[in-house]
Amino acid sequence: MAAPIAKSNLVMLKNAFKYVGLRGISTSRPASAQLTVRDALNSAIDEEMERDERVFILGEEVAQYDGAYKISRGLWKKYGDKRVIDTPITEMGFAGIATGAAMAGLRPICEFMTWNFSMQAIDHVINSAAKTFYMSAGMVNVPIVFRGPNGAAAGVAAQHSQCFGAWYSHCPGLKVIAPYSAEDAKGLLKAAIRDPDPVVCLENEIMYGTAFDVSDEVLSKDFILPIGKAKIERAGKHITLVAFSRAVATCLDAAKELSTIGIEAEVINLRSLRPLDFDTVMESVKKTNHLVSVEHGWPQSGVGAEIVSRMVEGPGFYHLDAPPVRVTGADIPMPYAKTLEDHSLPQGKDVVRVVKKLLNVQ
Amino acid sequence: MLPIRLACYGLRSVAANCKRINIGALSQITRKFSSDERPQFPGSRSQWTEKLEFIRPDLYDGIPVYRVMDRKGKVIDPSQDPQLSQEMVIKMYKCMTQLNTMDRILYESQRQGRISFYMTNYGEEGTHIGSAAALDPKDLIFGQYREAGTLMWRGFTLDQFMNQCYGNMEDGGKGKQMPVHYGSKDLNFVTISSPLGTQMPQAVGAAYSYKRAQNGLCVMCYFGEGTSSEGDAHAALNFSATLDCPVIFFCRNNGYAISTPSKEQYRGDGIAGRGPAYGMLTIRVDGNDVFAVYNATAKARQVALNEMRPVLIEAMTYRIGHHSTSDDSTAYRSVDEVRYWDERDHPISRLRNYMLSKGWWGDVQEKEWKENCKRQVMTAFARAEKKLKPNWKEIFTDVYHEMPSHITEQLKQMEEHVQKYAEHYPLKNFSKD
Repeated sequence: MAAPIAKSNLVMLKNAFKYVGLRGISTSRPASAQLTVRDALNSAIDEEMERDERVFILGEEVAQYDGAYKISRGLWKKYGDKRVIDTPITEMGFAGIATGAAMAGLRPICEFMTWNFSMQAIDHVINSAAKTFYMSAGMVNVPIVFRGPNGAAAGVAAQHSQCFGAWYSHCPGLKVIAPYSAEDAKGLLKAAIRDPDPVVCLENEIMYGTAFDVSDEVLSKDFILPIGKAKIERAGKHITLVAFSRAVATCLDAAKELSTIGIEAEVINLRSLRPLDFDTVMESVKKTNHLVSVEHGWPQSGVGAEIVSRMVEGPGFYHLDAPPVRVTGADIPMPYAKTLEDHSLPQGKDVVRVVKKLLNVQ
Repeated sequence: MLPIRLACYGLRSVAANCKRINIGALSQITRKFSSDERPQFPGSRSQWTEKLEFIRPDLYDGIPVYRVMDRKGKVIDPSQDPQLSQEMVIKMYKCMTQLNTMDRILYESQRQGRISFYMTNYGEEGTHIGSAAALDPKDLIFGQYREAGTLMWRGFTLDQFMNQCYGNMEDGGKGKQMPVHYGSKDLNFVTISSPLGTQMPQAVGAAYSYKRAQNGLCVMCYFGEGTSSEGDAHAALNFSATLDCPVIFFCRNNGYAISTPSKEQYRGDGIAGRGPAYGMLTIRVDGNDVFAVYNATAKARQVALNEMRPVLIEAMTYRIGHHSTSDDSTAYRSVDEVRYWDERDHPISRLRNYMLSKGWWGDVQEKEWKENCKRQVMTAFARAEKKLKPNWKEIFTDVYHEMPSHITEQLKQMEEHVQKYAEHYPLKNFSKD
């Protein structure tokens, strides 16, 4: 299966102009390396731990085992027991401990083996971390990052496949990021670690092994992306597709197929769910007049519900030529059988079908 | 450690089993032990037994309760008297009585509809003042909600307490929390958070942070016996030991968790019985004996810091008051039971008797202090009540470090709205800045 490569024409153009000045090369693309999402996350954590000795990572299997998904590979060897801590099996316990450490001046990265297990610790994420700055009137600060793989993987069934984008982005006091590409992963996670507020980082297990072309800038130690700013992954003029995390790949697949029949879709990678960059979506819809939100999570009260609501409750309503549509995962606990699982998540062809219907194309 | 323990075992075996063991070379002793001598499981290497014998929890008498004074305030073993100065002891007494007086006034004020909610500390003043006095003022305290005395000991003023309860413009919490949810960065007291037990793993994390910082400070974590049933408690106690954190766990076992009596809360030997199971130094003390609490806390602190390990103190006491203003405990316990504790075993009376026996206190001082104290509390109360509420803009602050644009927008909208319809809003009750 071919791995999707991030191709943002706008970014490439911008970088090309930048390098014209620096190197005097007029046409070559500055993408200098391939970076997997896993390595991007790993280097983000490594660089931030090197830069600030208050940063440390804790979670199940993060130390000698190099992380259940190898995200913390090499870190225990480099930094030792004090900064890479294996925890006993209690999400409630170690999320609370990480929060307390943050309250007392450290900057923990608390890894949940998957976000599904965060449900056992959700009281600490919300009541101890998210709300504390407000409830203490600014006296108690919680500069913590909770991270881990979110959403469906492959063949792990209902209790390991839930998407928590809607739940966490619901809560004020938290920031929520959802990287898609390697560039997103590196820049957003570094920003999250440096951020004084508690941040939830929703990654995706399927994307971990995917390699992306990245520029030198991305590889640098100070590459930060702003939290709360979306990215236009693919420019287009006929319809706007909005997604986050793995659903961005779904939209890019759909866009590729649509372009063969002359429909140019604009794909927006939200990058952050809270704050949600609705301005970018609005500007896009002013151009295309059609909106489709794509997510792998469940339909009711999902992230798409928020996007569509914001579109129709304000001036966006007048830019739409057709009702905005949500393409989501099926409203069932994730089944195990592969055929059933494949049919429970939106694929490129589902988005294509929806787009054609909206644009009244056969 | 291991070779020495095996060597001791070796010495005993020589006597008991007449096995020939070369005591001279320790390394030889360790090598001679085959898997038959001692279990080799990674989880436990205690001893073998061929007797089918279950450990019976009821045969064991329970961890004894350490005390210094008897119920009448007389020191039993003079070597245990911490020999605190007259000044210190009087300060302790005044703090406990002031807390008691403040509790009475604020409880009444809730009954009169002046504040929305209150929780008293009746009967547990000894646990607060005894422990707080033994800590360093910079040690970080994570409380549950019935530890106001620790904050009072550290210098939180009557005004500050009342401002928080009234949620007025001088409340350090900017009116964002229910009464008794105090917090003070200056006094190293983490703002009280309602969910029970969450403060326990947080305290461990903070202690870990202090260990890393090597700042010579420890963390004090208070919780009730009811809260110890929460999952968080297990994780915290377990982790504090595995991570070697300088944290003191102080359990106020006051006999009730709202209406649930302790005999329904647990079947084992209270909370102290669990300490050794987690691998931590444990003691049970008479919570109504200020000196016992003081001694135990002082020693616990020393151990926590010198040996970098957690310590568990279970302070036995009795909750004389209702759980809160939302509770009427006559529904589940007799008035006689409450009166018994109030009259026969109260931390304030016991300390007073001690002071009387030393000649440091008398009826004249008692009367004077009582009046003085009441007056201070009443005037602070009157001041707090008169103060304006915080500026309404505080609703929007502190959600994040930097106010995000969508909140700023709402603030502006509200500002315009309030300006336009000013006469419809009770702005005169709210501070202008």
